[in-house]
Amino acid sequence: MTLTSAGPQADQQPATGTSSRSTRVLGGACLVALAILLVLAFVLTEPDERVDEATNIVTGQFDAVRLLYVHFPVAIVTYLAFIVNAVGSIIVLRNKSTWWDNTAAASAEIGTVFCALTLITGSIWGRPIWNTWWEWGDVRLMTTVILFLIFVGYLAYRRTITDPQIRARRSAVVGIIGAINIPIVYKSVEWWENRTLHQQSTLQELRVEDLTLFTMIFGMLVFIAIYAWLMIHRFRIGWLEHQAETVGLAAAIVERRAQAPEAIRSAVTDQTHTPYQTEVEQ
Amino acid sequence: MTVVALTHIGYLIAGWGIPLMTIGLYAASLMRRSKAIEARVPADRQRWISTDD
Repeated sequence: MTLTSAGPQADQQPATGTSSRSTRVLGGACLVALAILLVLAFVLTEPDERVDEATNIVTGQFDAVRLLYVHFPVAIVTYLAFIVNAVGSIIVLRNKSTWWDNTAAASAEIGTVFCALTLITGSIWGRPIWNTWWEWGDVRLMTTVILFLIFVGYLAYRRTITDPQIRARRSAVVGIIGAINIPIVYKSVEWWENRTLHQQSTLQELRVEDLTLFTMIFGMLVFIAIYAWLMIHRFRIGWLEHQAETVGLAAAIVERRAQAPEAIRSAVTDQTHTPYQTEVEQ
Repeated sequence: MTVVALTHIGYLIAGWGIPLMTIGLYAASLMRRSKAIEARVPADRQRWISTDD
């Protein structure tokens, strides 16, 4: 049983590390888009203020609403990253693909970073709005923490297994189990609506105006672009690590054969090659 | 509307600063890791350079 490789990330440009012309263009576009998002979030959009006409009392989130322009996008990217991980994990179990194992691992790592940021930004937003940094009984918060811990475990588990085939297969199972939690996190505010402070729909609750809605969607696209940039680099690092393992193993085999006496060398050569050895020698 | 007039300014600085700094540091760590691993792999196996293999 051999892991197969497929799908080169080719764009025919000179590279430095994992960079290439296309990633530099994408990175530059992300920075420009992020600057535009900051202008939208802090200058062009209005604070959330609602005036009660009967009492003339102003309520709302005021400028704290601007935190949602970062919290909402990082939460969306968290879902996206773990869904990509789940897709990759399923394909790994079906096709034993090195390419998809690498994709799943890269997406899990980035998703874990974004999941942590979702929890942090949500906590910072919750303090002025809910008057608490954290609520242990809140189902949305706790299911998100469980999701985060599953993928921390996924990443830790991958580091404990040295055999790439076993690592790919077992971590794919963990990734799929983690992905089962995604719809639970998403629907938790509806399924257990009496056990959460979290609003059901950010867009509905805020009664958003056009520019607010545009800023949220634009922010989501900006952070998805950032995710794509991170994914390309993280994928290429994983690919290089795989290549380094292969090159290192091939060099070690050649060195050991050179050290062996002629009789042993002949005996080794006559033995049937395993698929993995054949792949290495190629 | 100016930034100075914002309410919840501390929350806004933390809420935007922490994610942007974290993503920036993570991106920098990826660059550092890529430089470190690049030296151990022949150029012909860095497949985004060429589609030959």
